[in-house]
Amino acid sequence: MTRQRGDVVVETRDLCMHFGGVRAVDQVDFTLFDRELRCLIGPNGAGKSTFFKCLTGQLRPTSGEVLIRGQEMTGAEPFEVASLGVGIKTQVPNVFDGLTAEENIWLSARRWHGDARARALTAETIERLKLGDIRRMLVGRLAHGQRQWVELGMVVAAEPWLVLLDEPAAGMTHEETFRTAELIEEINKTSALIVVEHDMQFIRMISRTVTLFHEGRILMQDTMEAISADKRAREVYLGHRA
Amino acid sequence: MNSGILRQMRPTFVYALLGIIFMFAAPQVLQLFTIINLTTAIALAVLALSLALIWGYGGILCFGQVAFFGLGAYAYTISAINFGGSTWAILMAVMITSAFAAALGYFIFFGRVSDVYLGVITLTVTLIFFSLIRRTSGPEYKIGNALLGGFNGVSSPPINLPWNPTSFLFPEQVFYVAMAALILCYVFAGWLVNTKFGRVCQAIRENELRAELLGYDTRLYKLGIFTIGAGIAAIGGVLFCNGVGRITPDVFNLYNAALTIIWVIVGGRGTLIGPIGATFALFYLTSALGGQSVLNNNLVLGIILIFFVLLVPKGVAPTIIDWVNARRKKAPGRVRRRRGSRGEGAQ
Ligand SMILES: Nc1ncnc2c1ncn2[C@@H]1O[C@H](COP(=O)(O)OP(=O)(O)O)[C@@H](O)[C@H]1O
Ligand SMILES: [Mg+2]
Repeated sequence: MTRQRGDVVVETRDLCMHFGGVRAVDQVDFTLFDRELRCLIGPNGAGKSTFFKCLTGQLRPTSGEVLIRGQEMTGAEPFEVASLGVGIKTQVPNVFDGLTAEENIWLSARRWHGDARARALTAETIERLKLGDIRRMLVGRLAHGQRQWVELGMVVAAEPWLVLLDEPAAGMTHEETFRTAELIEEINKTSALIVVEHDMQFIRMISRTVTLFHEGRILMQDTMEAISADKRAREVYLGHRA
Repeated sequence: MNSGILRQMRPTFVYALLGIIFMFAAPQVLQLFTIINLTTAIALAVLALSLALIWGYGGILCFGQVAFFGLGAYAYTISAINFGGSTWAILMAVMITSAFAAALGYFIFFGRVSDVYLGVITLTVTLIFFSLIRRTSGPEYKIGNALLGGFNGVSSPPINLPWNPTSFLFPEQVFYVAMAALILCYVFAGWLVNTKFGRVCQAIRENELRAELLGYDTRLYKLGIFTIGAGIAAIGGVLFCNGVGRITPDVFNLYNAALTIIWVIVGGRGTLIGPIGATFALFYLTSALGGQSVLNNNLVLGIILIFFVLLVPKGVAPTIIDWVNARRKKAPGRVRRRRGSRGEGAQ
């Protein structure tokens, strides 16, 4: 299937995820186009991560549908979503602590390629993300920001066409955050992205269109400037933060 | 990584070579009684190896590895009695046990049973075998020509030369077979953990969700290593009933289930040679303790377990490896440059 800019790659229809009485995600209709870079923002508990987990198969939605490139993926297993060529980074760092940085990244590339190509891709990724110094170190021994980078390396090494990142810059230093923004721009040259973020500065660095979540629903969807100017948006979110 | 799987298996080959030397030297120096005893220890070492594989590398804490060991022994014995020869019986033992493990594992892994319940389920299965087979003393409990014999068990026909049911092996020859089987299983496991399959299993052990998010169907990998581990345990079971000469339901008791875990804890998870060594060491310790009455056997085992859990939590082999690596780092002049990935290979 050839891809064109403008194809819908992610779509949710009337997506709901309820935990008992808590409507963490409530009737969300969401559309992402190919090569788009979309930021999801919203106050803590707005339902961003829950929405993210419904997309990635970590949660089975209470109702509604998730379509990825037109394919019905509601309630699919995470490996099925990933097997479509989707790169995923969760909010809580998920890495292989007992393995080296290199092995972590190799495991990602090896999912798609034979050993030789996987090793070449691993070396490329390590170079690209400047992980050379830590490649032989056990990931469990690395600092938080470095672990995040190893996880980003795993995402990149799979050469995904769709990338989903939940708070990629959380816990990073200023410098690391800046480099993450650069990396995201670079990934966006070949892939569509959804980036959940808290850090307003970070969002200003990368954003095109921003979707604002509030109490499980999409409150607004616009440019960062427009959202910053909106009174309602400021009340639920920007007021307490930026 | 796969870079030069043979180079990564170098320690495996070194230990295998030591094993081969031992295999040929031992009957020259040791008495027959000791050799027969050793055969039993070797069988138990194969069992330890199987748990080292699925727990140490697959992250699956199976409390009932001994169920596969015992099932293999019973399947061998009953098949050998019925077939009148050991050749097909050995194959049957491995296949029946693997099929049973695959079915059990299918419900556990595809049902997404949590780790704790996996332990409970596998232990329960073991104890069910224990109490079921104990109740089979009557003449009505027969499979083909083989009486199950309840708590007295069944006597196991010895291994014969392939396709030649009348030429039984002598105890010394059974020792060679057992040792060769242990070495082959060890090299096979050492190879397996260095393949892509083995690497993914280790990744799942480290973080199952991450492995899934990379696109690996973790249920299949876990089922795979669980089934392979059960097959290896069955080989141990075949050797065990050959060494002892019979198989009784006691193989399924709680003591043996716990002992298997102790071997792996003492030897160290994440290595294969550690649990094998620990099995031999503890086997001879318990034999030595059996000859005296001052210290209670279980008490000593309990103290060893507590000692290791508290003071050497990684087990003997990983602790030694860490220590050697640390010393290498301290002497930079003598560091050998190592290409490819370090660590994690089979030791
Ligand atoms: N597994 C869960 N069980 C019950 N409630 C949950 C669960 N996960 C999230 N929630 C609730 O859903 C709401 C949205 O949470 P989350 O999606 O993590 O928000 P965000 O990522 O936007 O900070 C919160 O009220 C949270 O407490
Ligand atoms: Mg969140």
